[in-house]
Amino acid sequence: MTTSASTSRRLFIASAISVLTLISAFVLIQKALAFEQPPSLMFWVGVIAVWLAAWFGVDMFAKLKIKNQMLDRAVSLLIPVLFGVWLLILWQLITTGFKVPTVLLPPPSAIGARFAASIPTLWADFQQTFLKAVLIGYVLGCGSAFIVAIAIDRSPFLQKGLMPIGNLMSALPIVGVAPIMVMWFGFDWPSKAAVVIIMTFFPMLVNTIAGLNDNTEIQRDLMKTYAAGYWQTLFKMRLPLAMPFIFNALKINSTLALIGAIVAEFFGTPIVGMGFRISTEVGRMNVDMVWAEIAVAALAGSAFYGAIALLEKISTFWHPSMRQNKRA
Amino acid sequence: MTNDVKGKQNWISRASPVLVVTAVIIAIWYAATVFLNAPFQKDIYKRGNNTTWTTSQLIKDTMSQKRPVLPSPHQVINEIYKTTVLKKITSKRSLIYHSWVTLSTTLVGFLIGSVLGILLAVGIVHSRTLDKSLMPWVISSQTIPILAVAPMIIVVLNAIGVQGLLPKAFISTYLSFFPITVGMVKGLRSPDVLYLDLMRTYSANKWQTFWKLRWPSALPYLFASMKIAISIAMVGAIVGELPTGAVAGLGARLLAGSYYGQTVQIWSALVMAAFLAGTLVALVGVANTYVDKRMGVKAQ
Repeated sequence: MTTSASTSRRLFIASAISVLTLISAFVLIQKALAFEQPPSLMFWVGVIAVWLAAWFGVDMFAKLKIKNQMLDRAVSLLIPVLFGVWLLILWQLITTGFKVPTVLLPPPSAIGARFAASIPTLWADFQQTFLKAVLIGYVLGCGSAFIVAIAIDRSPFLQKGLMPIGNLMSALPIVGVAPIMVMWFGFDWPSKAAVVIIMTFFPMLVNTIAGLNDNTEIQRDLMKTYAAGYWQTLFKMRLPLAMPFIFNALKINSTLALIGAIVAEFFGTPIVGMGFRISTEVGRMNVDMVWAEIAVAALAGSAFYGAIALLEKISTFWHPSMRQNKRA
Repeated sequence: MTNDVKGKQNWISRASPVLVVTAVIIAIWYAATVFLNAPFQKDIYKRGNNTTWTTSQLIKDTMSQKRPVLPSPHQVINEIYKTTVLKKITSKRSLIYHSWVTLSTTLVGFLIGSVLGILLAVGIVHSRTLDKSLMPWVISSQTIPILAVAPMIIVVLNAIGVQGLLPKAFISTYLSFFPITVGMVKGLRSPDVLYLDLMRTYSANKWQTFWKLRWPSALPYLFASMKIAISIAMVGAIVGELPTGAVAGLGARLLAGSYYGQTVQIWSALVMAAFLAGTLVALVGVANTYVDKRMGVKAQ
C-alpha cells in the first residue's frame, strides 16, 4: 500500500460524502416529483445545503494526492462524472421544483422516458444521419484530402499555393454550401455526405501537409544515409511523424462532420434523419423528443471523438504528448 | 536597400503560387459552369426548335441563365454589385443589410463568448477543483453538435419572448467560448516555473502574478484562439438564422435562395459570408500585431 493513512482516510470521507449527498438528492427528486404546489423555501435551502456538501466532497477528491496510479486515474475520472451527475440533478430539481413548462425545458427524467420509448425512431435517424451521411462523407473527405496532400507533396509550388487557400477555407462558414449540395445531389443522404466531404477536406489537407513537413534536418539526413528512396522515407519516417497532425485533423473533423450532416438536413431531407427530426419536432413543440435526439447526437459525437482519440493513443504511443506524466 | 529588395522578392515568391492556384480554381469554376449548365441549355434549344446553335453560343448562354445549376463567377460578382451598391442599405433586398444582421450577431456572440471563455480559463487555472471537474466537460461540450440544438434554442426563447439578436448570439457564444477557454488555459499556464518562482521571490500576490506575468504571456494564445473563435461564431450566427423562418441575415438569404431555387442569390450570400469571415479574421490579426508592437514584441 503506497497510499498513506491520512490520504486513505480522506478518500473514505470524500466517498462517504458523495454517496450520502447522492442519496439525499435522490430523496429530494422524489419529493419534488410529488409536489402539487411549488415547494417551500425550506426545500430549496435543503437543496442548496446538499449541493454545497456535494461540492465539498468533489473538492476533497480534487485535492487528494494519490500515489497509486490505478486509484488516481479512477478518481480523476470520478470527479467530472460527479460534476455531470450533479448538473443533471440540479436540472431535474429546478425544472420539477419551479414547475418549468416542459415546452421550455423538460426535466431529464422526462427526456429519459421519451428516449426509452422511441428507440426505433431514434435508431432510424441515427442510421440515416450518422451511419450513412457522416461516416461515408468523413471517410471520403479525409481520405481524398490525405491523397491530395501526398500527391502535391513533391511540388513545393502547389503546396505554397494551396496552404493559404486551405487555411482560409478552414476559416470560412462552409456549412453554407449545404443548400447548393441539396440542389445538386437531391434530398437523400448523398447531399449530406457531400457537405461533410467539403467541410472535412480542408482541415485534413492543411494538417497533413503541415505534418509531412514537420521533420528535422537530422532525421532527413539519417534517411539519406540509409539510402532510402522517396517512398521509403515517406512511409518509414515522414508519415509516422505526421501522425499527430493527421489525428488532430481527424478529431476536429469528427465534430465538423456531425454538424455538417445535421445542418444540411435543415435544407431538405426525406422524412428521416436527426436534423429532420429536430426541426420538425421543434415545430410541433415536442421538446422532450428534441432533447432525446440531442442526447443521441451528443452520445454519437462523443463516441466518435473518443474512438479516434483511442486510435491515436494506440498508434502514436511513442509521441512525447502521449507519454504518461510520471512526475506527478 | 538590399533588405527591401529581399523583402519584395520574398513577397512575390510567396504570393505567386497562391495567385496561380486561385486562377486555376477560377478557370475550373468556369469550365464547370459550362459543363453543368449545358444539359439544361440544350434542352431549351430543343424546345425552342433551335437546331442551329453553335458551341460559342452555348458557352455564352450557359453563363447567363437565370437559375443556373452553377452560376459563373461574374454572375455572382454582378449579383453582389447589384445588391450592395445599387440597392439602398435600408432595403430588405440589400445584401449589406443582411450582412449587417449577421455581422452584429457574430460580434455580440463573439464578445460574450470571449469574456466567458477567459473567465472560465482564469477559474480553471486558479482552482484545482474546477480544473478537474469542469475542464473535461468543456472539452466534451464540443463533441455535442450544438448547431443541431440551434433551432430549439431559438424557437423556445422566441416562445418566452426573447427575440432578435440574443438567441442567435447565444449560439455564437457557445461555439466561440471553447477555443478561447482551451487556448487561455494553455496560455495562462505557459509561464515557466522559473518566472513563477521569480514572482514568488518578489513576494507578489496572486493578483499581481496574474496581471504582470500570466496575462501578458497568455496574449499570443488569446489571439490565436480568437481567430478560430470569430470564424466559428460566424457559422453559429448563420445557422442561427435558419430556423426563424428566413427573416434577415445571410443564413436567411441562403434558406430563401434554396426554397426558390435562386442559385445566384445563394452563391452571392456565400461569397459575402466568406468575405466577412476573412475580414474578421484579418482584423483580429491586425489587433494582434498592434498589441505585439505595444508590448514590445519584435516583429519576426
